[in-house]
Amino acid sequence: MRFPSVVALALLAAAPPTGAAVNVVATTEDLADLTRQVGGDRVKVEAIARGYQDPHFVEAKPSFILKLAKADLLVAVGRELEVGWLPPLVQQSRNSRIQPGADGYLDASLTVRILEIPTGQITRAMGDVHPLGNPHYWLDPGNGRHIAKAIADKLSRMAPADAAYFAARYADFDRRLAEAEKRWDALMAPYKGLKVVTYHRSWPNFVDRFGLDVIGYVEPRPGIPPSPGHTLDLIAEMKRQGVKILIVEPYFDLKTPNSIARETGARVLVLPPSVGGDKDITDFIALFDHDVDLLVRTIKETGAK
Amino acid sequence: MRHRLRFLTGLILTGLILAALPPRPTLAGQAPAGANPSADERVALLRRELDALRQEYATRMAAIEEKLAAIEAARAAAPTPAAAAPAEPAPPPPAVAQAAPATASKVFNPDMAAIGNFVGAAGESPGGGEPSLNMQEAELSFQAVVDPYARADFFVTLSPEEVALEEGYITFTALPGGFLTKVGRMRDAFGKVNGMHPHTMPWVDRPLVTRNLTGGEDGLADAGISVARLIPNPWLFLEATGQVYQGRSAIFQAPTRGDLAWVGHLRAYQDLGESTNVDLGGSIAYGHNGLTADTTTRLLGVDATLRWKPLRRSIYTHFLARGELTWSRAEEEAGSLGALGGYGYLEYQFARRWTGGVRYDSSERALAPGLRDTGGSFLVTFRPSEFSLVRAQYRRTSLADADQPFNELLFQLQFAIGAHGAHPF
Repeated sequence: MRFPSVVALALLAAAPPTGAAVNVVATTEDLADLTRQVGGDRVKVEAIARGYQDPHFVEAKPSFILKLAKADLLVAVGRELEVGWLPPLVQQSRNSRIQPGADGYLDASLTVRILEIPTGQITRAMGDVHPLGNPHYWLDPGNGRHIAKAIADKLSRMAPADAAYFAARYADFDRRLAEAEKRWDALMAPYKGLKVVTYHRSWPNFVDRFGLDVIGYVEPRPGIPPSPGHTLDLIAEMKRQGVKILIVEPYFDLKTPNSIARETGARVLVLPPSVGGDKDITDFIALFDHDVDLLVRTIKETGAK
Repeated sequence: MRHRLRFLTGLILTGLILAALPPRPTLAGQAPAGANPSADERVALLRRELDALRQEYATRMAAIEEKLAAIEAARAAAPTPAAAAPAEPAPPPPAVAQAAPATASKVFNPDMAAIGNFVGAAGESPGGGEPSLNMQEAELSFQAVVDPYARADFFVTLSPEEVALEEGYITFTALPGGFLTKVGRMRDAFGKVNGMHPHTMPWVDRPLVTRNLTGGEDGLADAGISVARLIPNPWLFLEATGQVYQGRSAIFQAPTRGDLAWVGHLRAYQDLGESTNVDLGGSIAYGHNGLTADTTTRLLGVDATLRWKPLRRSIYTHFLARGELTWSRAEEEAGSLGALGGYGYLEYQFARRWTGGVRYDSSERALAPGLRDTGGSFLVTFRPSEFSLVRAQYRRTSLADADQPFNELLFQLQFAIGAHGAHPF
């Protein structure tokens, strides 16, 4: 199984590209990397949001319009993550290929496992809730596989001559991801049920995958900055439950997390949620390598259980 | 398990069909009332009914089987951490709860939002000005895609005195040649501040130059056609916009149908690194001003914006510097009058929810060029969330024909409900 796919890949890589490269714009570096994984040298990929910026608040700069104007394919996170900035960019792109609903628009969330889909009445009293579910779904490696598959399928439809190439690249990525998953699962296995606190609700897919238990958030509600009352409650709860790990996305201020850590003896762990969030996070697999390693090291150092 | 599911499916299916039958306009009902259908007709009728039922059964069965397959596939694909990942990921169940039939019609409703703008004012007012407490306006927006070729946007403003169409236009997003075309009523693409709706302005009021030179309280808006195209070049973002209007706005008053008003705008934008960018614009507007049958007004404008926002701290801090200059040349019976005006604005976000700003205003009056009004404002804005803001503005205005400057304190409370709109840039 493994050997033939490697051989096929080598053969295909040796063959000259059959057509012009597909021009892809991805809204995040995660999606850009997954596109690269399956697209190889038959695609040209650019990302809009950087891995170290808050993907909810990207500015709709006209320079992005220029990128979108030339794109054959737009890969978006969807679930309203980009609701504040992508629609005006796409509208002004003058590019009929990538308008929502067109063939060149791929909502990567359609084939993945989405968590926290609200049931019942939702209002903004709950903060900036995402009515279509939590959009940080790429933080489950399994979902990364679904996304890569969806991109490979889409690319194959757009460049049928390269379909075999994309399929082989996908198979190779799938194999490498499966191997990496075994590694991550083994590393994380001893810490099933470990209680953590996170800043924003960015990690449900990650903690679900690796069996962690989020008992609270620094934000009182999604998108609402920390309030003193909520912080005090959180400190009390963390002390009661003996929480030793506080996960913060790199684009949030560390003032409140640090003071919570001082009060509770927990460790603040800045964990990048995206490719490009740190220098050594160069691709999707490296993202989990980095985060799992850092998490396990911190757990060991703090003696968290 | 599988057998039980099948049985359940059958049961549900039967139920569905039975439930679907009574309210349906039965085919039998289509027979002319009062007529006594012959046996043949009745047989034909029954046959048709049976065919319809069979078809419905087939489609429903297919749908349910599809759903079942999806559920089973998802169960198989559900990540059991220890298990090796499946080579071929199966599609998970539809993640969005299926809309009930009763709400399905709402799917195509436009995105709707309402924005309330409450303004309070204290201090000496320069002639009229803002009332002490005023629900200045409520803006309703309706936005949706029309068809594969276009989208539509409506912005209706409600104030205690009037209901007005602030903007209402269709945008053709995918015309060949890269022409972004809007048709309807729009705010003129003249400079920066003229295009802004009240709720996207960083101030409570518009600058003096708007009042004096470009159309009074609300700026220039009219019915017409707008075409914008990117000008390809290897260096920067360059967009040219051409607009033609009927010529009925605060400045332009077309005496006859043929006297259209024209607006041209050129925008250049360039990133200077990932945090900093410059945005430059030049605008021209031309049309009959209605003072006599053939007098015209010409407006020229330049605008420049410098923005700084470090990506790693983008939700906590930014800086913006903006200036606009407008030159107006209005013909009247006796000759023509030139007037110059502009503003400069600095804005700094010093905490996640707090922004401070300062603005300087200076403008001659269009039809009395000797008279120059000046003003200055300090602003503080607090945003509890993305959907509301509280703003205080201290404004000092020196009018050319008044002895003393006016000192005022303006308060604004703005709140939005409904669809999450795009963040202004």
